[in-house]
Amino acid sequence: MTLSIWGRWALRTVMALGLLFIYLPLLLILVNSFNGDRTFAWPPHDFTTQWWSAAWRNGGARDALWTSVRAGLGATAIALVLGTMVAFAVQRFKFFGRDTVSLLIVLPIALPGIVTGIALDSAWRSVIAPLGIGKGLFSVIVGHATFCVVTVYNNVLARLRRSGVSFEEASADLGASPTQTFRYITFPLLRSALLAGGLLAFALSFDEIIVTTFTAGPGIQTLPIWIFNNLFRPNQAPVVNVVAAVLIVVSVLPVWLAQRLAGPAAGASRT
Amino acid sequence: MRTPAIHLAGLRKTFGPVEAVAGIDLEIADGEFFSMLGPSGSGKTTVLRMIAGFDLPTAGTVSLNGRDVTQLAPYDRDVNTVFQDYALFPHLSVIENVEYGLKVRKVARKERRARAEEALDSVRLNGFGARRPSAMSGGQRQRVALARALVNRPRVLLLDEPLGALDLKLREQMQVELKQIQRDVGITFVFVTHDQDEALTMSDRVAVFDAGRIAQVGTPEEVYEHPATPFVAGFVGTSNLITGPAARRLTGRDGTFSVRPEKITIADEGAPGTISEVIYAGPVTRFVVDLDAGVRMVVVEQNRRTGTAALAGLRGNRVQLTWLREHVIEIGANRAA
Repeated sequence: MTLSIWGRWALRTVMALGLLFIYLPLLLILVNSFNGDRTFAWPPHDFTTQWWSAAWRNGGARDALWTSVRAGLGATAIALVLGTMVAFAVQRFKFFGRDTVSLLIVLPIALPGIVTGIALDSAWRSVIAPLGIGKGLFSVIVGHATFCVVTVYNNVLARLRRSGVSFEEASADLGASPTQTFRYITFPLLRSALLAGGLLAFALSFDEIIVTTFTAGPGIQTLPIWIFNNLFRPNQAPVVNVVAAVLIVVSVLPVWLAQRLAGPAAGASRT
Repeated sequence: MRTPAIHLAGLRKTFGPVEAVAGIDLEIADGEFFSMLGPSGSGKTTVLRMIAGFDLPTAGTVSLNGRDVTQLAPYDRDVNTVFQDYALFPHLSVIENVEYGLKVRKVARKERRARAEEALDSVRLNGFGARRPSAMSGGQRQRVALARALVNRPRVLLLDEPLGALDLKLREQMQVELKQIQRDVGITFVFVTHDQDEALTMSDRVAVFDAGRIAQVGTPEEVYEHPATPFVAGFVGTSNLITGPAARRLTGRDGTFSVRPEKITIADEGAPGTISEVIYAGPVTRFVVDLDAGVRMVVVEQNRRTGTAALAGLRGNRVQLTWLREHVIEIGANRAA
């Protein structure tokens, strides 16, 4: 398609404005985390790293970061195992209610977080707590896993759909047992899809706030919740900026990696 | 007689309401180059998959070298397959692909590398071992797939339309090479194809598949010269079928008869008719002639003297066709006799 010069420039401008609108505020946070002025006067007059060292020394923020990492890793681990298993079941086998299962797996990502949160909260209180398992980090992990499964499921499903069964048949034909086929063929071909799905799952869990609010036990504070609680305390504001900047980097990195993995590697998976 | 390499008995396979294979009994001798020829959907690939073990038959048995393997998994059968899309492992190099079968059978690293190199040599791909399959052409991938199967020294090699993705020139070259390799290694080849030229030029025997059944098994010559059914006559080569009143007028008998186009000549006397179409095809010209006896015949003539200029004006001309009596094949008669 060819556009007139005028049309091309109009589209470029709109795109630039759109991207600016999304990323300028994020950039502002990064800049302000080095802003020497306590009230964030603009433009910044002097550069300082004192907020960064203050954040580093802030025990609450550090604990929250550690909690977030543990919650993210836990949810990602559950998502990897369950998501892969469901993807295999749906793609490789025919069974009653297959399409329904597929829908039910994907649905949590579309459900409002507040609904998932309330539902998990009441389920935990009325069913699981009486069994002796109180709310804590584990309940956060389970809550996050409900929607993290989707990213793994989608990635693995797409890969399975594209590569078909012919590689596995070829492997069996050459004398490989099912275990060997999984180890040498199926798993290596899935590896980049698993990594991509896992990284996305981690990113989703890492910045989750609504479901976390409803599922966290007493004393469990993830990084986003810590930010939220400290946002309106004036003397904490500079540190919040630093933590937010860290959060941006930590969330962008896995998404960027996941995209790179899903792109070229996926294309080369089929000869 | 020696134990057949492959023995299929009462083999049937249904997919839901569809009967893909409707009762196959077949023996394939050790060391034979055997082709399964048929249109798509005739069940030939399903039969191959049941021999390899990818599909379980609904009924019947598969025996390899006298041993019933019907219920065995693919990895417990002494057969290897060359797949239509080659199914080369994209994350492994060419040499790793070739030695895969040896690796999973726990052959020592040194020996399997040596045997894989040897197998690559035999398909004239020495020096390509380090490449990825994606960096190779279709013909080269085909050979890698062949080497990957042959390196395991199976008793039987199954080939599922392995030349289908190649262009014509390469295909003809690979036909010759495959036949040579088969003669060298001396194992049984079961070759699935829908290309009748391929089946006729390469095979010791051909089975022609029609709607899940074998319509005829025989040497290429038997199948071509004495087709058992109208389907075989039509599918293997072009055939002029003569039936009904036309048969009585032209042969003096009732029945279904077949005359191959190249056995008919345009002559000064014979069955009269009108040329309705002239098709120039390089080495030959095809004439479509409507005989007065009420049947349409295709005649193929070598272009020894004729040129296109002379052919153009022939449409609508009255001609006479003649053929030798022994070239009129009564369909199914060779079975009854």
